[in-house]
Amino acid sequence: MSEHFIESENLCYSYRVGNGKEDVPALKGITLTVEKGEYVAILGHNGSGKSTFAKLLNQILEPTSGKLIVGGTDLSGGELSDEEILSLRRRVGMVFQNPDNQLVATIVEDDVAFGPENLGVPQPELRKRVDDALLTVGMQDYAAQEPHRLSGGQKQRVAIAGILAMRPECIVLDEATAMLDPAGRREVLDTVRMLNRQDGITVLNITHYMNEAALADRVIVIHDGKLLLQGTPDEVFARRDLLRQVGLEVPQCSELIHRLRAERIPLEGDRISDPDGCADMICRAFGMKDREEKSHG
Amino acid sequence: MKSVVFGQYYPADSFIHRMDPRAKVILSVLFIVCTFLCRNAVSFFLMTAAALCLVLLSRIPVHLVLRSIRPLILILIFTSLINVFMTKGEMLLTPSWNIPLPWGKTWSIRIYAEGLWNAAFMILRIFILLIGTSIFLSFTTTPIAMTDALEQLFSPLKKIKIPVHDIAMMTTIALRFIPTLLEETEKIMNAQKARGADFISGGLIKRAKALLPVLIPLLISAFNRAYELATAMECRCYNGGEGRTRLKVLQLRFSDVLAILFLIAFVVGIFFLNRLGLIYTMK
Repeated sequence: MSEHFIESENLCYSYRVGNGKEDVPALKGITLTVEKGEYVAILGHNGSGKSTFAKLLNQILEPTSGKLIVGGTDLSGGELSDEEILSLRRRVGMVFQNPDNQLVATIVEDDVAFGPENLGVPQPELRKRVDDALLTVGMQDYAAQEPHRLSGGQKQRVAIAGILAMRPECIVLDEATAMLDPAGRREVLDTVRMLNRQDGITVLNITHYMNEAALADRVIVIHDGKLLLQGTPDEVFARRDLLRQVGLEVPQCSELIHRLRAERIPLEGDRISDPDGCADMICRAFGMKDREEKSHG
Repeated sequence: MKSVVFGQYYPADSFIHRMDPRAKVILSVLFIVCTFLCRNAVSFFLMTAAALCLVLLSRIPVHLVLRSIRPLILILIFTSLINVFMTKGEMLLTPSWNIPLPWGKTWSIRIYAEGLWNAAFMILRIFILLIGTSIFLSFTTTPIAMTDALEQLFSPLKKIKIPVHDIAMMTTIALRFIPTLLEETEKIMNAQKARGADFISGGLIKRAKALLPVLIPLLISAFNRAYELATAMECRCYNGGEGRTRLKVLQLRFSDVLAILFLIAFVVGIFFLNRLGLIYTMK
């Protein structure tokens, strides 16, 4: 079996509107692959089709045409059995935008248990999974709390714990940080990064925040239902003008490098997605060699 | 954040709080049977004593219990008056007063001793009923524990195609979203106030109309939430109640069984006490 976790070829999806008379295409032929254990950001504007792509991954929506294989299961043929769909949804966990609308139970630990309960995980395994998941996201002290007393970031971490308790292979964040404050966003992203690094969980972060995309191993830009660009954050942010054409702004540090280069200041290097990388480039250009020592001293 | 108290639940650590909610449901049913079986002074005395014991056992402040009865005072007065004036017995306490009514007839008031007894018993019965059930159910059991208990107690009904699990799940979700929707209502009201909406002045109809611009966005957002929640639940492998396990399994303990047996004995005791005809027996 290949090491691809997600493999899509010419994937299309159209929404039916007006009693099925009219088709509104959301995805117009997406071809991409995501490797096992990879951390990928999918960038795109509202209405670019990025959320539709997410919903196709665990059969909330079915592809209109094209090929889609997720974790070895072919989703393009339609007609999956209930067991296959359940197994797919167990392996591909989703965290949505609004933290309030994905917590089911009135107590944190009951909510985390919701997924494994549905899967029929027996005791004492169930208890262990819930405790482990809460510990992993650092919410063990809130196990007996009511969700409405938590902050946005904490709620999203509980939502992630709910997915971890199902022992997934992949976590899809569908704009999961869009409604959070900067501190909450940091909490969630740190958690996800750790899961990716330590447990080898494949992460797909669907977002329109450039700074979040910069944290990924690879960035995929979707525009108007088509794949526009893909590559490492450095490669993608080097294409500032193309991104700007589709209404996306590169992170501030990359923007600074682009502008300095436009002023013909010779900056060498390509780590433009990372503020530290940018700072080093600027230091080198101005002959300051001791930035490293200063910042560590 | 605003703390939202569901119902009357009073958090405390008592024997009754720790009981299995299923046992509490059964106990309160038995308690209701008991109060309706009571017919004479001795059995009513015993029931009152039992109700007081419950209050003490549950460690709920007495003033809270009394406060929960306050809304019923009117009903209590009304039923007791009807009993006093309408019961016909053998021991007449008053000379018969005849009051001429404006439309020509006369109304003769006769108060019998039986009427007074009946009134007193009715008041006690409502009192005991209310204290007993609220101690077992609303004061010491969280709504969510209650939902769990009812789901399990009624699970045999699944055989006759009553969607017990679905109803319980809907109740759980409704309870979960009460604080969320309250918060949202407040937000919408503040947003409307900031744009000059007035929710406090004017008569009832004007105020009700002013709430319309709050209710419509609330309703729309509730539908959106429902849709998103359904998707999220599907993503978490929700597939109806089939084959689900539970994190918290309710366990009927020895003390719960003992309490139920004790109350059954009490019911039987009351049943026989009524036959003795002590002091006064209600018909």
